[in-house]
Amino acid sequence: MLIAVSMALFALGLLGVIVRRNVLIMLMCMELMLNGVSLSLVAFAQQMASVSGAVLVFLIFVVATAEIAIAIPIVLLLVRHKHAMDLDAYADLKG
Amino acid sequence: MQHALSLIVGLPLVGFLLNGLIGHRLGKRFVSVVGCGLPVLAFLVVVKCLLDLEQGGAPLVETAYTWALIGGRAFEIAFYFDRLTAVMALIVTGVGSLIHIYSIGYMKEDASYARYFAYLNLFLFFMLMLVLGKSLLVLFVGWEGVGLASYLLIGFWFEDPDKARAGKKAFITNRIGDTGFLLGMFVLYQAFGTLDMVTINGAFSSGAAPAVSASLVGILLFIGACGKSAQIPLHVWLPDAMAGPTPVSALIHAATMVTAGVYLVARLSGIYLHAPEASAVVATVGVTTAFFAATVAIAQTDIKKVLAYSTISQLGFMFVALGVGAYGVAIFHLYTHAFFKACLFLAAGSVIHALGGEQDIRKMGGLARRIPITFVTFAVATAAIAGIPPLAGFFSKDEVLWFAFASTRGGSTLLYVAAAGTALLTSFYMFRLLWLTFFGASRMSAETEHHVHESPPSMTGVLIVLAVLSAVSGFLALPHYLEPLLPVPQALPQLEHLETPLVLVSVALSLLGLIGAAFLFGSAHRADPMPHALQGLHRLLSGKYYVDEAYDRLIARPLYWISERVFLRLGDQRILDGSLNGIAALGQRTAGVLGRVQNGSLHLYALFVVVGVIASLAWSWRHG
Repeated sequence: MLIAVSMALFALGLLGVIVRRNVLIMLMCMELMLNGVSLSLVAFAQQMASVSGAVLVFLIFVVATAEIAIAIPIVLLLVRHKHAMDLDAYADLKG
Repeated sequence: MQHALSLIVGLPLVGFLLNGLIGHRLGKRFVSVVGCGLPVLAFLVVVKCLLDLEQGGAPLVETAYTWALIGGRAFEIAFYFDRLTAVMALIVTGVGSLIHIYSIGYMKEDASYARYFAYLNLFLFFMLMLVLGKSLLVLFVGWEGVGLASYLLIGFWFEDPDKARAGKKAFITNRIGDTGFLLGMFVLYQAFGTLDMVTINGAFSSGAAPAVSASLVGILLFIGACGKSAQIPLHVWLPDAMAGPTPVSALIHAATMVTAGVYLVARLSGIYLHAPEASAVVATVGVTTAFFAATVAIAQTDIKKVLAYSTISQLGFMFVALGVGAYGVAIFHLYTHAFFKACLFLAAGSVIHALGGEQDIRKMGGLARRIPITFVTFAVATAAIAGIPPLAGFFSKDEVLWFAFASTRGGSTLLYVAAAGTALLTSFYMFRLLWLTFFGASRMSAETEHHVHESPPSMTGVLIVLAVLSAVSGFLALPHYLEPLLPVPQALPQLEHLETPLVLVSVALSLLGLIGAAFLFGSAHRADPMPHALQGLHRLLSGKYYVDEAYDRLIARPLYWISERVFLRLGDQRILDGSLNGIAALGQRTAGVLGRVQNGSLHLYALFVVVGVIASLAWSWRHG
């Protein structure tokens, strides 16, 4: 059951990343995917009766926090630069 | 004395190294002493070896170094010294030393004095290797080496593109001949498993059926001899080779190197004795070359070109003698020719020196009293080559003519008539040269006339020595001396009674040439317009039968066309460059198409990632 929820969360997040244009929403969708994966880890850990999965989830929280802490300022700077939240406005950032 | 033969060859090499490496730092005196001293020493060693040879009787053999040992067969740098080698080595070192000494005066002003002597010594080294080599392989190394030295010396003043081009022409023409030589060597090696010349000669003379056709080998080797000795159709390089300094022309392109082909055929006489067809080819090519070169010499106006064509013609004479089996006689003519032709070239060099570089005989005349020593030596050598008795050329040429007529090995009346006609022409063009250069009124510009001076003693001394040798060297019965090695053919018995009358005929011919030249060029009417019928002929002769032009049309231009169109434009530019450029363009175009995917849209990237992940999952599902 929990696995199904985690898969749904992941799929929703992925869909959001692909179809939405707004940068902040895309970031939130990415968090959603991450949480889906974390949920599956916890579920598997419970099934296997092992704590290592749960411990790994804490690690993921830490990394996700750090990642968001960098991602949000980048988004802020970009928006300040072009006054747009639409990701397609930044297509010229490609190499 | 041990290692005497290696010493003969090695001495000039030492000279080359000393002069070539440090000569330009140590000054002209050092260069002259080394450059002339070592050849003279080599000459003395040759004399010593000759004395040993006459005392011991058996040929001297010496192995200097084993080059390679392949499957039990040794390739050795070995030297061999018999009477034939002795004659050749004496000419090479003797005349060579004299010309070295002459060069001191002639090249005094040249900036590249050390380089000149280094090359000259290098030439002697290779020439002695050629002459002393025991096997064809060593001979071939020398053969190629003299070609290299000749190339370097013809193009000695390489700042002038014409002279550099003459050097290249000589080298390339020689390479064409060398192809035949190499093929001949391959055939011999395959048949006998050795390149030792004594063994090869023995294998042919042993009476058993030889493993290979003597005529095939003979003709292949003769192609090589043609290239080196400037016989038709490979004669075109020798007249151009006159671009080199005059002493070089005397040493390499008259006395020694160009006679290497004659030496080769004489040394391998064992083959030619059993190859009547090859001998007939040799005689025919020889007499044709002799005759046509003599006709060209009549119409030339450059003093050195006349002598160059005369050299080609005299080499033709030697090949006539070789073709009728009179090998010793050919060497005899080679030997007398070395003296008088070296003398003629050096005297011509002295004339050119006196006139400050003028070579056109139309702008000479009346020099007899101005430069008397040069004149006398030139006149003696001219009389010698024309065959006026009792000078050297008379004896050797007369013997060549006699055997061309009466030899049982291919002598014929036709051969004799052509050769005798050539002898007449020789006398005529040589005396024409003498008259135009030294007699009559002066045709020099006042400026040149003012500077005319006799050459320094180092040059005139050499001229006198060579003139004396041209006069007396005919009294040495060389064919008789060489007879144990090179048998003299029998004369046809029914013709033997003609021997004395034919001597008179050849004397008459040379005197006729003298009188004809004196009549035509000695009087003041020389400027008379030529009869109309002769003008076309004269144009043909002074154009040297347009052989160079014909070669250019028939060989050089088609080759150039093929190189340009087929190899360069089609092969190199279209196929090679085209395929490489095509591959590069393909990569570029593919990259252009694929590059469009990277358009900066993060959504698209994510979609691709998802598609990829799903596809690989599906694949692993199917194949897992």
